[in-house]
Amino acid sequence: MKMLTLAKRNAKEILRDPLNLGFGLGFPLVLIFLLSAIQASIPVSLFEIAHLTPGITVFGLSFMTLFSATIIAKDRGSSLLRRLYTAPLTPFDFILSYTLPMIPIAMAQSVICYIAAIILGLDVTVNILYAILFIIPVALLFVALGLLFGSILTDKQVGGICGALLTNLSAWLSGTWFDLELVGGAFKKIAYALPFVHAVEMERAVLSGSFSGVLPHLLWVLGYTAVTLALAILLFLRQMKRQ
Amino acid sequence: METIRTENLTKKYKDITAVDNLNLTIERGELFSLLGVNGAGKSTTIKMLSCLTEPTSGEAYLHGKSITKNKTEVKALIGVSPQETAIAPGLSVTENLELICGVHGFSKEKKRRKISELSELLGLDSVAKRKAGKLSGGWQRRLSIGMALISEPEVLFLDEPTLGLDVIARSELWDIIRSLKGKITVILTTHYMEEAEALSDRIGIMKDGKLLVCGTAEEIKSSAETDKFEEAFIRIVRGNAK
Repeated sequence: MKMLTLAKRNAKEILRDPLNLGFGLGFPLVLIFLLSAIQASIPVSLFEIAHLTPGITVFGLSFMTLFSATIIAKDRGSSLLRRLYTAPLTPFDFILSYTLPMIPIAMAQSVICYIAAIILGLDVTVNILYAILFIIPVALLFVALGLLFGSILTDKQVGGICGALLTNLSAWLSGTWFDLELVGGAFKKIAYALPFVHAVEMERAVLSGSFSGVLPHLLWVLGYTAVTLALAILLFLRQMKRQ
Repeated sequence: METIRTENLTKKYKDITAVDNLNLTIERGELFSLLGVNGAGKSTTIKMLSCLTEPTSGEAYLHGKSITKNKTEVKALIGVSPQETAIAPGLSVTENLELICGVHGFSKEKKRRKISELSELLGLDSVAKRKAGKLSGGWQRRLSIGMALISEPEVLFLDEPTLGLDVIARSELWDIIRSLKGKITVILTTHYMEEAEALSDRIGIMKDGKLLVCGTAEEIKSSAETDKFEEAFIRIVRGNAK
């Protein structure tokens, strides 16, 4: 209950910020409509709605990293966390309260993206529901990155690292904007050694109903999620001790 | 009755000794001020007493509970208003108070009662629905103190509570702090001499982590052979007092 109070507060802080809503929901929607308009004029298979939407839902999650890292960094900077550390809350309560509210927000973002995609002609199948469920481990990965960066960076640094660097890296290395086969070489190897392209390909496989192709990508995502979450918890506990 | 007792309380950061063998006793209901220039060890002392940082050596007791062995019990006794305002900027004033009630596990009835009491004591009713981040510095400080008081602490730590406030806001906050005297034990750190002199029952002056002197404002002035408190502070810190 004590943890839920803090989780509720964290959700309110994020959802009440109009910039968060603008970037978190507005930007992915703009991209879906814009790239679909390009596709309508110059057909590119990469931007077909069934191919594009999974990539956009994964890209949109990079904003979850930005949101969670920003709120943690700000709470550290303003000493609100220091005040809360003198309350009877456990370290586990803090970690959960910064993680849990992000999952429904991430799922809501995916739902909105899929609604937009349906408007643009995506076939309505049960696979959309599965795709939204499979977004949970990916969301957890991005939220863990937020916990990690929020524990070590100031809110201004978070803006640069998560707002600019991570959103771009997760976009370029995900195979959403261009086919990684076309670039090939070291770029492709690096992309496939990171989780973003696996998250996108997993979502594409789920949406198309090719479930046999899901597992290898899911394992990559789960592996990265587990390692990132463990590291994030360690760094959060370290900053907690330093406060 | 003794509320706080420190025994050779020491905090070292690598080769810097932030607090050096602090021995101090503070009575229940007392308003005790810690004075000192930057880096004197005031905030580190408060951090140790509020279980935010572990002492390197020594010990301290709040109501007989050890800050190293009984952290949960000590945390239940204290309220902290940090140097920064430490509020949730996107929440309203009432929601900030509700947040602290929630993390202390208050029932709905107790939460309602405490928010009503605190809002009246601190005059927060007029801004209850306003977002905390949009309030002036003075109102944010009031809210910060309200958030520290709402858990019904036996000991309240106020770290530089009037830093950066204008004269009126400071005076209003002084009235609030004065109204707490005798009810709970208040430990105040400040840079303002007149604040310490006007509010405190006793004052401790720290330098380089050491407690140089401890007593009432009158005793400190007398020991420094001056009738001005600021002058007494300067003489003591510079080592010119007898």
